[in-house]
Amino acid sequence: MEALEGPLLTIITASTPLLLAALGELVAERSGVLNLGIEGMMAVGAVCGFAAGYVTGEPIAGVLAAIAAGMAMAAIFAVVTLVFVANQVASGLALTLFGLGLSALIGDAFVGVPGLGVTNIHIPVLSDIPLVGPVIFGLDPLTYLAIALAIGVSWLLFRTRAGLTLRAVGDNHVSAHALGYGVVRVRFIAVLFGGACAGLAGGYLSLVYTPQWTPNMTAGRGWIALALVVFAAWLPARLVIGALLFGAVSYLALYLQGRGVGIASQFLSMLPYLTTIIVLVLISRNQTLLRVNTPACLGQPFVPDR
Amino acid sequence: MRRLIAAASAAAIVALAGSSAGAADLKACWVYVGPHNDGGYSEGHDKGRQMVDAKLGDKVETSYVENVREGPDAERAIERLARSGCGIIFTTSFGFMDPTIKVAQKFPDVKFEHATGFKTAPNVTTYNARFYEGRYIIGQIAAKMSKTGVAGYIVSFPIPEVIMGINSFMLGAQSVNPDFKIKVVWVNSWFDPGKEGDAAKALFDQGADIIVQHTDSPAPLQIAESRGLHGFGQAHDMISFAPDAQYTAIVDNWGPYYVKRVQAVLDGTWNSQASWEGLKDGMLVMAPYTNLPDDVVAMAKDTQAKIESGELHPFKGPIYKQDGTEVIGEGEQLDDDTLLSMNWYVKGIDDQIPQ
Repeated sequence: MEALEGPLLTIITASTPLLLAALGELVAERSGVLNLGIEGMMAVGAVCGFAAGYVTGEPIAGVLAAIAAGMAMAAIFAVVTLVFVANQVASGLALTLFGLGLSALIGDAFVGVPGLGVTNIHIPVLSDIPLVGPVIFGLDPLTYLAIALAIGVSWLLFRTRAGLTLRAVGDNHVSAHALGYGVVRVRFIAVLFGGACAGLAGGYLSLVYTPQWTPNMTAGRGWIALALVVFAAWLPARLVIGALLFGAVSYLALYLQGRGVGIASQFLSMLPYLTTIIVLVLISRNQTLLRVNTPACLGQPFVPDR
Repeated sequence: MRRLIAAASAAAIVALAGSSAGAADLKACWVYVGPHNDGGYSEGHDKGRQMVDAKLGDKVETSYVENVREGPDAERAIERLARSGCGIIFTTSFGFMDPTIKVAQKFPDVKFEHATGFKTAPNVTTYNARFYEGRYIIGQIAAKMSKTGVAGYIVSFPIPEVIMGINSFMLGAQSVNPDFKIKVVWVNSWFDPGKEGDAAKALFDQGADIIVQHTDSPAPLQIAESRGLHGFGQAHDMISFAPDAQYTAIVDNWGPYYVKRVQAVLDGTWNSQASWEGLKDGMLVMAPYTNLPDDVVAMAKDTQAKIESGELHPFKGPIYKQDGTEVIGEGEQLDDDTLLSMNWYVKGIDDQIPQ
């Protein structure tokens, strides 16, 4: 049973950055804004988080800096697409390129420097239970935050008035505007939240997962998170399943290689993407479910006509 | 009037562009597959370039292009350098081989040097370091230090350079412990810290207690450090990332070679060759031996001395393939051509080479 501990911990920690980034994007997309710049926001979050943690010696400073950096990048995107009503797809792609380049520029001074590393928590009795202990009670603080965030986002979206407003803005911004809701304001806040989560996800990579800064360390995770949101039908619960599944199959692919099972490594590299797409598509087969949950105004620019 | 201004500014731009190329005697350019500060392979080349700057900076202007993907994009990048007036271009990754040859055909006056490849031309030289010598030494250390008798080996792509490294490591390990085993994971990337770290975790979970890598980030060593296990650095001394985990590292030392070749271009004595130097010539050096007991350090230094003097060659017979067929017998030695096109495992390795 002990043999399962390592793999389970690895799977959960591998899924956390995906979950964080995807949750933020889910909120932004539910409000009708398609932000393709997750990768760029994650990269800048990663470098700023690492830099702040390294300079101050405090992991918490790193985490806060990562969130702030992500929000700053998202603010640029929000101004460009919500105030100046630029094309959201093009702006998002530009944000990704900008973020990747900016992060490499900022990070130039921090390469080759070992980072802080955030340690896992340890609860005296609970964490020592053989299998369940470390997996449930011995994770790092940011993973707990991700889980709490998933529950919080789900509750906010479907059980509060604010969430209803957000979804209304994403489904029909013209009607929402007619009803008096501040469409631009709601979307701005949603995009900032998306940026904060993406920045936090990046900070997780450079502070907890592999405590170092190297250019391009996000390695496409932003794009995976983006796809997860869509395939999870914009539902937080399915997002958690998708993120865990992706993490699990990624780990399994590496594990199988080490075992010497004769499957081609390229196929195994492809497996996480394939499995996640197939499973999520299968569980979201219900057309009504898809129609209800897809934000109808996703990506459409909004200009108040008065 | 507007046309006059446009014509004048066009002429000025052309004049400026022309004059900037003539500032130094020679422009030397590098192409890296990863970031110039990746803490590993590409950074090793960049350090070499900086040595050229330091020693020959008054006559030579150096520049580099980084993060160039192997494949068609590489041809574009190399051609752009050739067009912009580079006199000698160093392409530093195996996957730049065919693009380098193609561009070299179009620019016969520009000199090209391709690292870790095997195709030459009148204006293309290949250069490499005998990393397998270092792999043999770390194989011996691994076999001596491993409690489980299993090492995890993280690799990128099945090119001869990588296979040679695995085989040399295994031969070194088998010289100490004939039953030593390795588990191989192919991550299909030279540089992906997250995936390399995950691969290390998966290997440790399966019973390996030493990690070896032919990928460029320090992530596997960091995982080893966090679990109280050990490993070897790649291309770069990674001790700052893993003070208690790193035994040693195979450190690339391209600087002296680069200075030599750029000086040859300046002197007019440059010619195409296939250079493959090793520990003896300082193309690679072993990082200080740390976290090891004295007798193992002594053994490692002794092996290194024997390799440098020529007394020991990692690929000295008898060597058998995975299926048992004998490749060379007692007293014979694999020649360079066989090594450079190696696509088979030695006996004792349980992996299949991806096709």
